[in-house]
Amino acid sequence: MSARTPPGTLAAAALIARKDLAIEFRTRSAFLSAIVFSLLAIAIFYFAWDATAVSSVDLAPGVLWVIFTFSGILGLHRSFGVEEADRAIDALLVSPVDREAVFLGKALANLAFVLGVQALAIPAVALFYNLPLTRVLAPLIGIAVLAAIGLVAVGTLFSSMAANTRLAELLLPVLALPFFVPIVLPAAQTTARLLAGRPISEAMGWLRILIAFDIVFVVACALAFPFTLED
Amino acid sequence: MSNAATPLEHTPRLPRATLTSAAPAAIEAHALTRTFGRRVAVRALTFAVNDGECLALFGPNGAGKTTLLRVLAGLLRPTSGTAYIGGVKLPGGGADARAVVGLISHQSMLYSALTALENIEFTARLYGVESPREAAIRALHWMRLEDRADSPVRSLSRGLQQRVSIARAIVHEPRVVLLDEPYTGLDETGAAALSAALESLKGSGAALVLVTHHLGEGLALATHTAIMRDGQFVKHEPRGTLELDAYRDVYREAIGR
Amino acid sequence: MTTSSKPEERSGIDWFLTIAVLAVAATFVRAIFFTPVEARQGAAQKIFYVHAPSAFIGLYVAFGIVAVAGALYLWLRDERLDRVAASSAEVGVMYLTVVLITGPLWGRPIWGTWWTWDARLTLTLFLWFVFLGYLILRGAVEDHGTRARYSAVLGVLGALLVPFIHLSVYLFRTLHPMPIVLKPGRPSLPNSMLATFAMSFVSFSLLFLALLRARYRLAARADALVAEEEVESSPVPNLRAEPVR
Repeated sequence: MSARTPPGTLAAAALIARKDLAIEFRTRSAFLSAIVFSLLAIAIFYFAWDATAVSSVDLAPGVLWVIFTFSGILGLHRSFGVEEADRAIDALLVSPVDREAVFLGKALANLAFVLGVQALAIPAVALFYNLPLTRVLAPLIGIAVLAAIGLVAVGTLFSSMAANTRLAELLLPVLALPFFVPIVLPAAQTTARLLAGRPISEAMGWLRILIAFDIVFVVACALAFPFTLED
Repeated sequence: MSNAATPLEHTPRLPRATLTSAAPAAIEAHALTRTFGRRVAVRALTFAVNDGECLALFGPNGAGKTTLLRVLAGLLRPTSGTAYIGGVKLPGGGADARAVVGLISHQSMLYSALTALENIEFTARLYGVESPREAAIRALHWMRLEDRADSPVRSLSRGLQQRVSIARAIVHEPRVVLLDEPYTGLDETGAAALSAALESLKGSGAALVLVTHHLGEGLALATHTAIMRDGQFVKHEPRGTLELDAYRDVYREAIGR
Repeated sequence: MTTSSKPEERSGIDWFLTIAVLAVAATFVRAIFFTPVEARQGAAQKIFYVHAPSAFIGLYVAFGIVAVAGALYLWLRDERLDRVAASSAEVGVMYLTVVLITGPLWGRPIWGTWWTWDARLTLTLFLWFVFLGYLILRGAVEDHGTRARYSAVLGVLGALLVPFIHLSVYLFRTLHPMPIVLKPGRPSLPNSMLATFAMSFVSFSLLFLALLRARYRLAARADALVAEEEVESSPVPNLRAEPVR
């Protein structure tokens, strides 16, 4: 055999993530669509739920995390769409990199995508709802990262399955949304407490659920991913 | 640009250092079987292809040719039986077997938003090729695509995309090259470039399995021919000296039986 | 064209199913006419005899079968396991629908609201969605092997989801006091109610198994027909169709 060594799992994952982001950067349309969607949704929610009747601090967490969920789902579909188009996925699978690396790489790229959208959506929510963000910014970023990890783990796995079906764009939310409940609920509850000025220690119960969810599902989805590939 | 018939420069150097004297064949199949539910696509095939040989595989649609290639490429697991790719056993060999295989299909397997060079360089990195960028440029030269290196694949014609796809598949100088109807969509220039590249690969010791409907091109490259039908080889023999027309009759008879 | 079928598959009456349906009917009769009315909740409490067994069977038995059969399928790749899982999902979704209907019907007169984030009801709701997603996924995938694999993955992940939903609802409820839910505790049920409860449990379980079996056989027959078609229509080589150059 040749002396060359194919990249290990993490190196291969990084390679694939870079490639996905390069493609996304080249076209940018999915990213822009997700951002525009988020901003539109925030504006519509703001008008639909009168923030003078109910305090914005009560409304904002729900709005924030619902938008997070839906804009996150929007971006996920393109991850495997680009592989299906000309069966580029076959080239990945024929190469020596292992299947878990393909999952990790795609999940990492999706994570960057989701966090990128959130980086614009969260300030937008703060703007509309007049939230005192600066003092809660650090913990909020932490929650956003944790929530994004869970969303991306489940979403990447399901989009791998959905990409193969007739109903792809509709199927992904139908499959994934029940799984987002243990993400959205803790995130919204914690955000609500933070905005009400409570210390983060009060929300530890919720955060533990979120962290446990992330650990369990990142592992489970990485292990399940090879089963979504034809073998 | 050079005439299609002249030999190419930059022929790939194939890794030979670790071949032992009792070198295993590049491809070996022993009672290789693949089923999908109740449908048997590949039925207990036993054959071998050695370095420097080209097995041209003909047969009607649905005969199992594509399935056979996908099993040899490591995309599908054998239902029963074994295969040896570069001496590595399937099932089980996994990444080691895939490292020495290049797969070309009638779909380009490219990312249309990236350039030709980016696609090939990405593949080179996946295989752990040293100096991936140089290897990618070499592969582009090889398929005479140097001036298209920075074109997004999306902007290339079908034929050019196919050539990029071929360059991508061989950038890591595979010992085994599996081709599934690679001539689809190629014009005269493209087909000639492909044939020349395959001759070159063969000359450097690669083992080829070429599935094609184009009997002429297949016969020109083949050292061995096989006709597949319903998952089995109904004919498997060295190329011999049959001319194209005579072979056409052989083929028709074989699949009509 | 007649297809050969084993003698017991020929349609006669499905005795198991008939008995199960009769058992359920008998339970209804007993619950309505021969079981005392509960003091605090009144007649509405009798919905409990339908609601509770359906919830238990749908949430734990049906979903458990889906998850376990799915995991076994991924290991053994036996299509019968996939058929069991799919049948269980279909019957399970029926049972959970019953829970989601009877829950509010019971709740309205007692709690005064149609819906409450009761732990079991919430879990039922989200597992119901997972079941529906499961069935929609199966409908969207053509190839049987792929369909089985995808379903199994979804089933196993769904099973992993259950504890997280439990936890989330539990935490939600401890922090947001809810109206006290009146559930008849089992030890304090008078014998007649206990007997009816036991009877409903048994009869609903029988019904589940009978429906599961019937659905499984239907699926097996359908798959057998499809397989026969595939074998009969395997490609005949067409001499003229091959582009020979």
